[in-house]
Formats: sequence, structure tokens, C-alpha cells
Amino acid sequence: MKLHEPFEKYSLVLLVGILVMVAIGGLVEIAPLFWLNSTIEKVQGMRPYSPLELAGREVYQREGCYLCHSQMIRVLKDEVERYGHYSLAAESMYDHPFQWGSKRTGPDLARVGGRYSDAWQTAHIQNPRSVVPESIMPGYPHIVSRKLDFTDAAERMKTLRLVGVPYTDEQIKNAQADLVAQTDPDSAGAAAVAARYPKAQIRKFDGKPGQPITEADALIAYLQMLGTLVDFAKYDESGPNLR
Amino acid sequence: MEVASRKGGGAALFDWVALLVTLGGIALGTFVALRSPDPVMQFHGIVFAAFSLLGALFMLGKAFNSTETMDLKGYSDNVVKAATIATVFWGVVGFLVGDLIAWQLAFPVLNLDLPWTTFGRLRVLHTSGVIFAFGGNALLATSFYIVQRTNRTRIFGRWLPWFVFWGWQLMLVMAASGYILGVTQAREYAEPEWYVDIWITVVWVVYLVVYLGTLMKRKESHIYVANWFYLAFILTIAMLHLGNNLAVPVSFLGTKSYSAFSGVQDAMTQWWYGHNAVGFFLTAAFLGMMYYFVPKRAERPVYSYRLSIVHFWALVFTYIWAGPHHLHYTALPDWAQTLGMTLSVILWMPSWGGMINGLMTLSGAWDKLRTDPVMRFLVVSVAFYGMSTFEGPLMSIRSVNSLSHYTDWTIGHVHSGALGWVGMISFGAIYCLVPWLWKRQGLYSQRLVEWHFWISTLGILLYITAMWVSGIMQGLMWRATDSLGILQYSFVESVEAMHPYYIIRATGGALFVLGSLIMAYNVIRTIRGDEPVDVADQPRIAAAPELRGAQALPAE
Repeated sequence: MKLHEPFEKYSLVLLVGILVMVAIGGLVEIAPLFWLNSTIEKVQGMRPYSPLELAGREVYQREGCYLCHSQMIRVLKDEVERYGHYSLAAESMYDHPFQWGSKRTGPDLARVGGRYSDAWQTAHIQNPRSVVPESIMPGYPHIVSRKLDFTDAAERMKTLRLVGVPYTDEQIKNAQADLVAQTDPDSAGAAAVAARYPKAQIRKFDGKPGQPITEADALIAYLQMLGTLVDFAKYDESGPNLR
Repeated sequence: MEVASRKGGGAALFDWVALLVTLGGIALGTFVALRSPDPVMQFHGIVFAAFSLLGALFMLGKAFNSTETMDLKGYSDNVVKAATIATVFWGVVGFLVGDLIAWQLAFPVLNLDLPWTTFGRLRVLHTSGVIFAFGGNALLATSFYIVQRTNRTRIFGRWLPWFVFWGWQLMLVMAASGYILGVTQAREYAEPEWYVDIWITVVWVVYLVVYLGTLMKRKESHIYVANWFYLAFILTIAMLHLGNNLAVPVSFLGTKSYSAFSGVQDAMTQWWYGHNAVGFFLTAAFLGMMYYFVPKRAERPVYSYRLSIVHFWALVFTYIWAGPHHLHYTALPDWAQTLGMTLSVILWMPSWGGMINGLMTLSGAWDKLRTDPVMRFLVVSVAFYGMSTFEGPLMSIRSVNSLSHYTDWTIGHVHSGALGWVGMISFGAIYCLVPWLWKRQGLYSQRLVEWHFWISTLGILLYITAMWVSGIMQGLMWRATDSLGILQYSFVESVEAMHPYYIIRATGGALFVLGSLIMAYNVIRTIRGDEPVDVADQPRIAAAPELRGAQALPAE
């Protein structure tokens, strides 16, 4: 009791005591993640998002999709069975912020890319119950009808480069052109998109070629690439990694 | 008056600086409103300028002319009153939105398929509404009340407590309107965008200055235990908020920003923040509330001083480690998961230290549970606290978590803590505070408190039992395999199976909302000064200290 007296008599001693106690746990758990190299596995195929995919990811965040859909397949038998290879740390290394989620009111989306057709995705965003009668997901007709605003695509990529995403000058310079070209496989810029963003899928995702680019184009481009980048044939599971 | 005269010159300077700050706020808000290309940013510029304008008018009209507010004697309770009213208001709003989205999960047509009314946007409104608006205001009200009483001094900082109160409401308005319009950082419980985060930081630093300043000029030799908890809450939330919201805006005139960290480091930082928003916002601070209102209402001293020291330091040290239990079996390295799990299980002990200290304070006064429904709110909240802090460590064990994670079980767990512990201890505190602050003989109606208690208890039980069943069922359905080892259920079959439990849960939520409306009515009638209908049944402690009669204990 006597020993505790300084904490009760001097408010600054109490303040410093609290700060020391609450600082320790965070430092021990968070700081090493930045310098232990094996935290993030070495994989082949990961690349930053293309401008169109990035715009789609922002629609995903804006609507709060992460509140009902996880993007993190755990190392459990049933999850691997249901959703595919468990998620690697490397697969979200360009995600600012991460979208692992904490709740599955709907299914995990970490590897939803290629699972459904573009037409299914468009119908599902417009009205989920038109393709899955038991679904309790809201409909998002405004995503399907609203034109995508991509005036600051380059600015966004520049900001991401500031926080560590390795966008090249060339990628940033061509941000707007690449975004448009990714929706038009016959355009002159389509080949450049494929070269700058390997495995990028190039088509009008909402099924309306020639029409303006919509938020659905961006969102579906994002969904269709989720979990498709890492080449698992070349991935060595034995490490070095910390799992 | 001696304080006023001593501070005379300083106070005038302070008022001038405050006026300049509000003028600066008007200029900044107007600039943003005129120059930003982003419509939400324009709107928030206007809101910011309007709040600053009201602040400037207040400074010009009241600060410079009023003699009453120059009186620095006695306790400053008007800001406590304002925060108490705000607590009731935001509580009703936050609970209503919560129940609406609960019905949306049962009947998706209620999403209306408009951009502003879908689950994804309203869920954030609900969580921020109950945590930061209802909980935040309850903590402002009680901390400002308690810090003055337990230190026997007026609150520090002249207009600063009012700045904290109104600054917090401004933050809530900007955050809530932003969510509905689709402005979010997409980080759970840290959704406000970068500019709102900066504003939170400003308000929070002033809150710390007010709180610490009051502790420093106290007239008690020892700092009472409730204040340790409030101080730990204010400091740790500052640390977490700054650490988790490091971000770079795309443009200083736009809403969008990108977090400084990505992927696995970002996940760890977010749940270091997320779990300790629970640990320090919703636990430590509300324990501070418990350490004042339970002994006060029971008119008994705290059970064990030694226990309060031990469990305080153990709690603030251990909580911080618990974050990784939100990330079991994910891409977070195993060593971090194991650390998080171990410390989460250890956390059970300091948590129950608080529960035991709260409950045992009633030794010799257990009969009050029968006669005083306000006491019952306070005690049952501590019982719920004990239950959730047992369930939490259980769920943090990896093998249990493999079943519970991603399911409704987590939602049920959160709500046994949020509705049972945070909600009920706040209701108890509000029922104590309203007659004390407005100097009434008692509450307008104690019978209505009884109704509130039983209706909300029933609601909570329906809620958490429905979520236990649905959560465990979900987990089991997802992992069920047939004799050939093939998954037995498609995902959507598990969605379909949830339907009846979602209806039960939403019904429980509706009861909880009904209870809060009864409380709002009772509080309004009490504030208006209506004659209490059953004052004879109310305990002596229900009356304001001035009105408790000759046999009253020495007040405060």
C-alpha cells in the first residue's frame, strides 16, 4: 500500500505509470512484424492493383462490404475445402487498408475471382435475390447505374506510392488511360495494360460495351481478380514463413 | 470568488484566445466549403464553419458579459447536464439504428436498396453511434461529474470542458453524416476519415488537459480509484487512436486517405486498436463509473482497496496484448497469435477482480437490490461484465475461436458486454445523476425504472441466447462434412438457417429500444421538475444531496 502511494499522490507519476504499462504489449506484438522478414512469404505473381481494380476496391470499402464478407481464408480444412488455398500474408501486402474482415454474414471473398461470370456478378449487385433467392444481401442498383468518377486516379496511385505500394512512374502517368483501356479489349491501350499489370482481365465487366464506365465495371474487375494473382505452382509452403 | 480574482487577467486573455480560435474555425470551414471539389468535404466545411460560428457567438455573448459564469466557485455541472442529455439522445438513436439493421438481416427488403440505407452503411452508424456517441457522452458526463466530486474541486479550464463536449458532438455529426454518404476508412470502429481523426485528436488532447488539470488542483490528498481508470482510458485511447489512424490523404481538400500500413501489419495494428477500444473505452472507463456509482448508491465503501490496485494495473497491462485473438489461424504469424491468446486468457483474472470488487461492495446492502431498481441496474451490469469477461477469454482460445470466429457468436458476445455491461451501468448512472444534477427529490417514476429494467433484461437475454444458438450452428454447419469428407452445406444454407434467430434477436433489440424510450420519458419528466409519482418508495440516496434531509451523510 505504501509502495502505491506515489501513484495516488502525484498525477504525473500515475500518468507515466499508465503509459509504460500500456505501451509494452503493443510494442512487443506490432514492432517485430515490420522487421521479421519471414512475416510476409516470398511469392510470385503479386502486383499492385490496376487503376480500375483500385477504383473497384474503393467502391467495396465505401459500401462497407468488409462488414459482412471476410477476405481471409484460415488454415482450417473446411475453409480450404470451401474457399481454396489459405490466404497468404503476401496476398494483402498492397492493401491499404487490409480488408480481412471479422464476420461472415456472407461468404469469404478472398478467392472469389473467376468463381462467377460477369453477368452473374452484375445481376447479383443489382439484386442479389435474382440469382440467390435465399440471400440477405442488400441490392446496389446505384453501383450498376452510376458512372465511375476516376478523375483523380493518378493522384490516388501517387498517394499509395507514398505509403509503400511500388507503382512506377509509367503506371502513374498512364493511370487514367489504363483505367479506360482495361474496359475495352479492342483498344490500342489494352496490350499496355496487360503488360503493366500481368494477369489483368480486360473487358467491359458490366456487359455493356461502348457504354460509359460504371462503378459496377470497377467493382467486378476487382472481385474477378481477388485471389487470382499468386502462382501457387511456384509457391513453396515450407517457408521461410512464420506459420 | 478568490479563484476568480486571482485569475482575472488570465481569464480575459483565455477568452480572447478562444474567440480567435473560433474565428479561425470559421475561416477554415468556409475555405474548405468553397474550395473542395468533393461534395461531402464541402458539406463538412459548412458544418465546421457553422459550429465555429456558434462558438464565436457564445464567446462574444456570454463569455465577455456574464458575471455568473465568471464565478469559479463550486462545481461546474452544466456541462455534465448537457452530456447527460446527449447520452440519452444518442443512446436512443444508436439503439434504434441497431435494431433497424437487425431487422434488415431478417428481412433484406428493409435495406430499401438506396445508397444511404443499406446494412453496409448503417452498421457503421450503429457501432459508432453506440460506442462513441452514447458511450462517449456517458463517459464525458460521468468523468466530469466524478473528477470534481472525488477531488473536491471545480473542473479545470474555464470553457475547455464545453469545448470538449461540443467538439465531440461536432465529431459525431461529421462522422455519422460521412458514413451515410459513403465516407469511411473501412477499418472497423475507426471508420472516420483522416480529417475527422485530426479533429478527434484535438478534442481528445483538450479532454486530457481538462482531466489532468483537475487532478492537479485537487483538494484531496489521494487520487480516488475511479480517476485512475478514467485517466488510463483517456491516455490509452489517445495512443490507440494515433497509432491506428496513421494515414495519408489523397488531397487536403478531399475525404479519401490511405492507411500507412498494409496487410498483416495493418491487421495487427487495427485489432490492437479494435480490441482496446473495447478494453479501454468500453471497459476501463466504465469501471471508473462503477467505482463511483456502485459505492455511492449502495452507501458502502469499495470492498477492497488492495484488490482495486492489483486489478487496475493488471488490467491496463494485460488488455493491450489481447488484439491478436481476432486473427487466429490467419496470415498473422503464429507467435503473435499465441501471445495474444495467452494474455487474453490471463485477462480473465483482472477482469474478475473488478467484478468481485464491484459486487462485494454490496456486502451488507444486498437488500437494496430488492428495493432500489437503480441499484439493480448497476449490479446486474457488473454481473454481465463478469459473464462477458469469462466468455471472452474462452473465445480467445484458438480451438474455440476456430468455431466462433466469423459467426454470430462474436456478435452475441459483444452485445452481452455492450447491452448488459456498458448499457446497464450507464442507465444506472443516468438514473443517479438526473435527480442529483437537477436537484430533484427523486426520479419522476421509480416504477418506470422497474419496467425499463425488466424489459431491457428480457431483451438482452433474447438477443444473446439467439446469437449463441445461431453462431454455434453457423460454425458447425460450415465445418460439417459427410462420410466421404465432403462439405455438407452450401454457404447459403447456413444463411437460411439463421432466419428465425435473426427475428428473435431483432425482437430482443426492439425490447431494449423500448426500454431506452421509457428511460428518455422518465428523464424528461424528471428534468422538467414534474412531481415524482412514487417518491415515498425511492431510497434517500435518490434525492439530490441538498435535499436528503438532516440525517444525510457529509455530502460528496
